[in-house]
Amino acid sequence: MTEARQFPPSLPLLIRQAGHQLRLFVRVPVAVFFTIALPFVVLFIINATSSDRLIRDPNGEWPVDAFVCVAIAAFTAVSATFTNLANMVPIRREEGVLQRWRSTPLPVWVFVGGHVLAAVVIAVASVVVMLAVGVALYGVSVPLSSIPALVVTVVVATTAFAAMGMAVAALVPTASAASGVANAIVLPMALISNVFIPTESPPIALDIAANLLPLRPFVDAVQAPLHPTDPTTVPQWGALGVIVLWGVAGFACAVRTFRWNAAPGGSTRRRRVAHQSG
Amino acid sequence: MTSPVMKVNDLVVEYTSSQGTIRAVNGLDLSIAEGEVYALLGENGAGKTSTVEVLEGHRSRVGGQVEVLGIDPSAGGPRRRELRDQIGIVLQTSGIESEITPREALTLFGAVYRNPYSLSDVVERVGLGDFVDQRVGSLSGGQRRRLDLAVAVIGRPRVLFLDEPTTGFDPSARRNAWELIRSLHADGTTILLTTHYLEEAEFLADQVGVISRGEMLVEGPPRELQQVHGRSVMSVEIAGAGSSSDVEASVAAVLDGISSTLAWQGARLLITTEETTKVLERITRWALSTGTDLSEWSIEHPSLEQVFLELNAGIDREGGDD
Repeated sequence: MTEARQFPPSLPLLIRQAGHQLRLFVRVPVAVFFTIALPFVVLFIINATSSDRLIRDPNGEWPVDAFVCVAIAAFTAVSATFTNLANMVPIRREEGVLQRWRSTPLPVWVFVGGHVLAAVVIAVASVVVMLAVGVALYGVSVPLSSIPALVVTVVVATTAFAAMGMAVAALVPTASAASGVANAIVLPMALISNVFIPTESPPIALDIAANLLPLRPFVDAVQAPLHPTDPTTVPQWGALGVIVLWGVAGFACAVRTFRWNAAPGGSTRRRRVAHQSG
Repeated sequence: MTSPVMKVNDLVVEYTSSQGTIRAVNGLDLSIAEGEVYALLGENGAGKTSTVEVLEGHRSRVGGQVEVLGIDPSAGGPRRRELRDQIGIVLQTSGIESEITPREALTLFGAVYRNPYSLSDVVERVGLGDFVDQRVGSLSGGQRRRLDLAVAVIGRPRVLFLDEPTTGFDPSARRNAWELIRSLHADGTTILLTTHYLEEAEFLADQVGVISRGEMLVEGPPRELQQVHGRSVMSVEIAGAGSSSDVEASVAAVLDGISSTLAWQGARLLITTEETTKVLERITRWALSTGTDLSEWSIEHPSLEQVFLELNAGIDREGGDD
C-alpha cells in the first residue's frame, strides 16, 4: 500500500534532477555554444590581438594574456549560472515544464536545487577547462596551495550567481524578454569589471559601481589565488561577501516572485488560446 | 455509496485583468465519488478549466471549500506532497522538454513517486513502444499526448485529472485513449475529465456536470440527463387523413397542453417533445377515433450533445440581462 511506503530520499532526487539538467544542457547546442565555446573564441581573439604588455595591479604585474584568461574563466562561470538560468528557466516555463513538475510530489527545493547544482557543475567544469587552456597556452600557473581558495570562491560565487539568475527568471515575464535582460545586465557589467579589457584608470564612479556589483569582485577573487607573483591561499572574503549579499538578495527575490505558469502574454500561452476552454 | 473523493462547496474563482474583475466560477458545488468517471462539460469560458485548476492546486480561489482525497489542494508542505503523490494531471500543454526521450521522461518522473508503475507497464498500457526512445521533439501531436497521459499515470494515481485529453486526436487515437481511460477506471481510479466532445462524455462518464457562467446547470448520469432534459423526436407516417395542414391542425389540437413542436419531413410528421408516453397515447386515441392509419413509428432519444446545446441555448435566452 502507498501509505506504508516512504517518499524517495531527497539527495538522490536532487542528483537525478541535476543530471537531467546537465543532459538537457549538452543536448541544446546553442546553450553549449554560448556558455562554453563563445568565451573561448573571445579569449583567443583578445589574446591574439593584444600586445605583450603587462597589467599592473596592487599586488604586482600580470602578463595580459594570463590576466584575460583568468578573467574570462570567471566570466564563463557567470554565464554558465546567471545567464544560463535567466535564459532557460523562462523558456521552460513557457513550455509548461515548470507547471508539469509542480503537479508532482517533487519538493520545490529539489527542483530548483537541481537547476542550481547543474549550473554550478557546468560553471566549475568550464573554469577548469579554461584554466587548463590558460596553463597550456597563456602562462597561467595554478599553485596547489591556491586550489582550496579557488574552489571555495568558485562554488560560493557561482551559487550566488545562480540565485541571481533565478531572480531574473522570476521577475521577467517572458522568455524572449528574459534573454535580453540577462545580456543587458551581464555585458555592460563585464566591460567595467576587467573581463574583456583590463580597465586602467577608469572614472571613479564606474570604479565604485564595478566594485559594488558582483562581477568585478568575483573576477578579483578568482585572480587573487592565481596571481603570477603573489598568489593568495585564502579566499578574498570581502569580495565574496559582496557576491553573497547579491546572491541572498537574488534568492529572496526569486522565492517571493517566482512564477510557475507562463505569463498571459507569453508566446506559448498565445498558442494555447486557440483551444483553451474555461 | 462511497464517500466523495473530491468535494467542492460554493467555489468562487475570480480573475483580475485590466478590464476589472471577472468571476469565472460562481458558487459551484461538486461531489465526485471514489472510482467514478466525472465529465465536466461547458462552453468556452464556462469555468471548467478554472474549476479543475483549483482542484489540481494550480489556481487559488476567492471562496469556498475544496477537498481532494481529504486534503485542501491549496495546502503546502507535506500535505501538498502527500496529495501530489496520489493525483495525476494531464495538462493542456505537454511540459516535457523536446530534447529527451519518453523513456528518460518516464524514468525521471517515476522516481519522485512512492509507488510508481514500472516503466514497461506504462509503456505497454499507453502504447508508447514504437517511439519510447525517440526524442520528444520528433513525436507527432498524438504521440505526445499519449506521452502526457503516460507521465500523468506513472505515479499510480488514485485521482486523475484529464483536461481535454483527446483534443487533436484522430478517431483511432481517440478510441485508444478511451480504452486506456476505461482500463484505469476498471482499476478503481477516480477520473475528472473536461471535454468538448460530447460523445466522449457519453462513452466514458458515470456522471456528467454541465456548467455555464461558473455555475452548475445540471448534473447526473448521461442517460438520466438525456431522459430528463432532452426532448425526444417521434416520427410517424400518417395516411389517409386529408391534407397535411389539416392533419397538423388536428394533431396540434389533440396534443393541447403537452409541450411539443411539430414539423414535416416528407410524408412523416416529426413531433419533438419531452413527454413521449402522453403523446403516444393521445395520437393513438385520435387515430383510432378518426380511422387514420399510422405507420413507421419511431422514437429517437436525444444525444448528450442535443441536451447540452438545448441547455446552453436556454441559458442564453434567459441570460440577456448581463
